Amino acid sequence: MITVQNISKRFGDYPALHNINLTIEPGEFIALLGPSGSGKTTLMRIIAGLEFQDSGHVLFDGEDVSTRKVAERGVGFVFQHYALFKHMTVAENVAFGLSVRKRKDRPSKVDIKARAEELLGLVQLGGLGNRYPAQLSGGQRQRVALARALAVEPQLLLLDEPFGALDAKVRKDLRRWLRGLHEQMGLTSIFVTHDQEEALELADRIVVMDHGVIEQVGTAEQVYMEPASPFVSDFVGEINRVDVTVTNGLIRLHDRQLDIPANGHADGPAQLHFRPHDVELAGAGAGAGAGGLPIIVSNLFRKGGKWRVEGHCGALDRVIEIDLDAADTPPHVGVQLVVRPTKSRIFHTSGR
Amino acid sequence: MNSPFSKRNRWRQPSVLPGFGLTFGFSLGWLTLIVLIPLATIFLKSAGMGWSDFIKVGFSERAVAAYRLSFGTAAAAGLVNAIFGLLVAWVLARYSFPGKKVVNALVDLPFALPTAVAGIALTALYAPNGWIGQYLDPLGINVAFTRIGIIIALVFIGLPFVVRSVEPVLADLGKDVEEAAATLGATRHQTFTRVIFPAIGPALLTGFALAFARGVGEYGSVIFISGNMPGKTEIAPLLIVTQLEQYAYDGATAIATVMMIASFAILLGINLIQAWSRGRAGA
Amino acid sequence: MSQRAIVSESRFARGLLIGSALAFLGFFLLLPLVAVFSEALKQGVGTFWDAVKEPDALASIRLTLLIAAISVPLNIVFGLAASWAITKYSFRGKSLFITLIDLPFSVSPVVSGLIFVLLFGAHGWLGPWLNAHDVKIIFAVPGIILATVFITFPFVARELIPLMMEQGKDDEEAAVSLGANGWQTFWHVTLPNIRWGLLYGVLLCNARAMGEFGAVSVVSGHIRGLTNTMPLHVEILYNEYDFVGAFAVASLLAVLALVTLVAKSVLEWRFDYHHGGAGH
Repeated sequence: MITVQNISKRFGDYPALHNINLTIEPGEFIALLGPSGSGKTTLMRIIAGLEFQDSGHVLFDGEDVSTRKVAERGVGFVFQHYALFKHMTVAENVAFGLSVRKRKDRPSKVDIKARAEELLGLVQLGGLGNRYPAQLSGGQRQRVALARALAVEPQLLLLDEPFGALDAKVRKDLRRWLRGLHEQMGLTSIFVTHDQEEALELADRIVVMDHGVIEQVGTAEQVYMEPASPFVSDFVGEINRVDVTVTNGLIRLHDRQLDIPANGHADGPAQLHFRPHDVELAGAGAGAGAGGLPIIVSNLFRKGGKWRVEGHCGALDRVIEIDLDAADTPPHVGVQLVVRPTKSRIFHTSGR
Repeated sequence: MNSPFSKRNRWRQPSVLPGFGLTFGFSLGWLTLIVLIPLATIFLKSAGMGWSDFIKVGFSERAVAAYRLSFGTAAAAGLVNAIFGLLVAWVLARYSFPGKKVVNALVDLPFALPTAVAGIALTALYAPNGWIGQYLDPLGINVAFTRIGIIIALVFIGLPFVVRSVEPVLADLGKDVEEAAATLGATRHQTFTRVIFPAIGPALLTGFALAFARGVGEYGSVIFISGNMPGKTEIAPLLIVTQLEQYAYDGATAIATVMMIASFAILLGINLIQAWSRGRAGA
Repeated sequence: MSQRAIVSESRFARGLLIGSALAFLGFFLLLPLVAVFSEALKQGVGTFWDAVKEPDALASIRLTLLIAAISVPLNIVFGLAASWAITKYSFRGKSLFITLIDLPFSVSPVVSGLIFVLLFGAHGWLGPWLNAHDVKIIFAVPGIILATVFITFPFVARELIPLMMEQGKDDEEAAVSLGANGWQTFWHVTLPNIRWGLLYGVLLCNARAMGEFGAVSVVSGHIRGLTNTMPLHVEILYNEYDFVGAFAVASLLAVLALVTLVAKSVLEWRFDYHHGGAGH
């Protein structure tokens, strides 16, 4: 079990992490998700022992490892740009961690070689051991980096933007494969990403970070369906944001009263968030669309199994995106629609 | 010269930019006139000498002693520079300290300071009554007018070659590679010997070879401090000058030819090192 | 934010390494430089000025400036032409061409002088013909210029080639597509892009041209007031045990070196112009 307690870290005047607390169960696959500068990489580097916190503790199975050097923490780290040793063959790269052990802990040369071969087989690079990293493709290098990290049998695997430098197709294959590997080896893994799709697809739990604080920790379902903050709601998945006011328990957009329950939200300025697929169209008749958002369709295209409709909302002077069933007849550009969110969340706007 | 614009001539790929004929023609012509023809004369003159005469003057006892001295001292100085040049490059690439920019500029002093100036300055320092020599003299150490003096002059001349070869490679070597070694359990010492040193090896070797090549041919900074005793502290370039002053053109030419072949061999070696390290590490 | 905490040495080791590097540089580079000025001013500023104002010294300064004023522009023209041809077109034998340009770097200065003696000297191949037509090259100014041009031949070109290679030819092709002719393209597009690199190469070329000793020594004939450049004058004075005079002229050359280093550093810091090659 990995426990992070009250970790804070500054780089000069810049607060990178502020009072972070997090517990990771054995066998979990965790994503640290956030925009650049959110502190996610710093947090992972502190867990690894590559960076040191200003205050707080990192515990591995209840034991404080804060003062332990990176080499003694037993973590495998896969670097964003792989950090392969260019002058070593692939096999030598993989074997490096074993070959630098103290003599009494070091396996024999034959064993190291066999182990390296075995790991290369595991990452589907059998037979490429004699190549140099420069002779491999990006996806292959990534897997060499992974095999090298796994060679030291880490209790914790850390991956920094593991798919960041790969092209889309390779990325998708490698993602699925990595998930399989994680389960097969019974590892505890943490990976850093700014790609919410990657986090939603891979992780058991997602830690959403912004400006050095954790905004929400939860499963993909929780983070997506019940975002704890406007930031999470906005960052994870697609969202429409509408500035509204709550008065007497009713939501108003300018003079228009929306047919959405305020759920006892306090009065004041607020932001209404709803996802493009959580909408229905109000009927076309006069007065039928009274409680919805009127939009003029400005663009229309197919997106997967849906119609994506972009419509200009005059009252807001902004574009609202909605998804309509592909089986339906799509609306024409220029037509007015009235959109009623079926699922939405309201956040106060004063705080941010 | 064939017209480079001829359609049948496929040695050049077509380009929309004008001026190839002018610039290529001029630069090749100038190169031929200033460099290639003059250099060729030395080989033609050697060839005209006949093999046995060439061996006789080119490998006379005095000449062989001069080669041995020139190559030996250049190798020794190159080695000193490989060690200290690496140290200087490391410090410049890795650490920040007050005055670093000045130090960085100072490293190029040997490129900018005329060799004759360096020669008399070093002699003034290491002569028995000089700033440094006066402390070495009582210890029985003679620097000026000995091989040690020659080596010191060549260390001065060669240092920037090593520093400027190694420093960019050290700076380019990603921090993440060293972190990777650390996460895999390597000690700092293991990281240096097994990750950093092999990565900068080719650059260090190149720097050594450049310093060595320069040292073999160096004249101005050496002749003041070397004492110039034939057979003892007479370097090969000086022997060429001596032969010339005695109108012994054959001797001068033969020695020059031997030295030039050696230089070209070193140059070839440098290119091979670089091609090899490029091929291994990828472009 | 260069947090090198993990992959760095202890404070002590770092201090030790910096200390020994500085000690080495101080001992081998700084001390000789200090010695030049100290020896030059040993007997006061007055003696120093007298040595500099001495007619032969002034003649050597004039000659050195003349040599640089002729050979540096020649190398600029060659450097620009060669790097344009090499970097803006692709043709076979390019790498051989580059290697040949670098050739003078791998030739001993003394040999560089010797080749011109063999060509133009009294006993050289063209010697008798030159003699008959009363043209003096060796032991005269033209010989010194030839040797200097040879020695400094690669400086500008090798600075420009990597730079222009990196910049590619997109800008030039854009200019040509917009209707510029070759000269306009060079003057308005290429030159502004390479000016700092060019200046850098010119600085180094000039320093070497003014400071060259070995090659010039072989072809000059050491005629006082006529074919003595500053470095050669330093040698003559030194060999005559006129140490103050030798160091006085030497200190002028040392100032030239310092100015070169400062200008070079300014180019590197101010314009972020990074020196690519391994030097010369």
